[in-house]
Amino acid sequence: MLIINCPYCGARPEVEFRHAGEAHVARPAGTESLTDEEVVDRLYFRSNPKGMTVERWRHVHGCGRFFNAVRDTVSDFFVTTYKTGEPKPDLEALKAGAAK
Amino acid sequence: MVDISSDRRTVLDGLQFTSPADAEVRIEPVAAMSRLALRGRPGIETAVAPVFGFNLPSTACTSATAAEYAALWVGPDEWLVTAPDGRVDVVKAALEEACAGVPHAITDISHRNVGLTISGPKATWVLSHGCPLDFDLAAFPVGMCTRTLLGRTEVVLWRRAEDTFRIEVWRTFADYLIGFLNEARKELAA
Repeated sequence: MLIINCPYCGARPEVEFRHAGEAHVARPAGTESLTDEEVVDRLYFRSNPKGMTVERWRHVHGCGRFFNAVRDTVSDFFVTTYKTGEPKPDLEALKAGAAK
Repeated sequence: MVDISSDRRTVLDGLQFTSPADAEVRIEPVAAMSRLALRGRPGIETAVAPVFGFNLPSTACTSATAAEYAALWVGPDEWLVTAPDGRVDVVKAALEEACAGVPHAITDISHRNVGLTISGPKATWVLSHGCPLDFDLAAFPVGMCTRTLLGRTEVVLWRRAEDTFRIEVWRTFADYLIGFLNEARKELAA
């Protein structure tokens, strides 16, 4: 079983968590002036990369809080987790650190 | 005249609490009590002190108790508060007054949960059948509390002593949970 580090509770088993989609997808300002393509892009298209990705997770059977996590989609390794509202970490720096 | 009055019964009535494994691990129902879900913005930790006689614990997964009250941290802005049975309206009113300056929500959940006590030298052994948390005293010290999964159901676990845990479970899951724990301790009676 994976151990996921909740930014509020610490290291906890993966069964307590739920995935909640890609992180840092901001709702655009001025939605009334968006084109149909832009609306479709925001609603339905996600980056889905192979390798490191930034996701929202929820500690649903623990503190109940949403937080963000950097996860490697190939190895399922959780590189880091941080609280919602904190800036997106530099993925290139994390990749360089993981390669060492 | 037909008697249409109803008796208050707990969902734990008629469930099996005794087992040949009682010497190793006992499971007992906790008497009815008042429970409140308390949520609020920062500042609520100290605002409630006049009611409880202590500040709400702000460290993750810790609890505070004094006299007849207990407050369990279950989230960064959420606490499970227990008080004596029948006092919920009084406590709620006192809290509403004490928290007037802080955005908050206080919900009576006295009848949503039932409490169980699981104790004995094999208590952590039985809990580990359905909960992957580390129950070593260094990782889960006395006084620690947390919401987690036990079997397939969500519970709040609270370590009261080295080999005594309190389980708070939603009442409709109590039947399942007791069956699950009885199944787990069957092995001890063999």
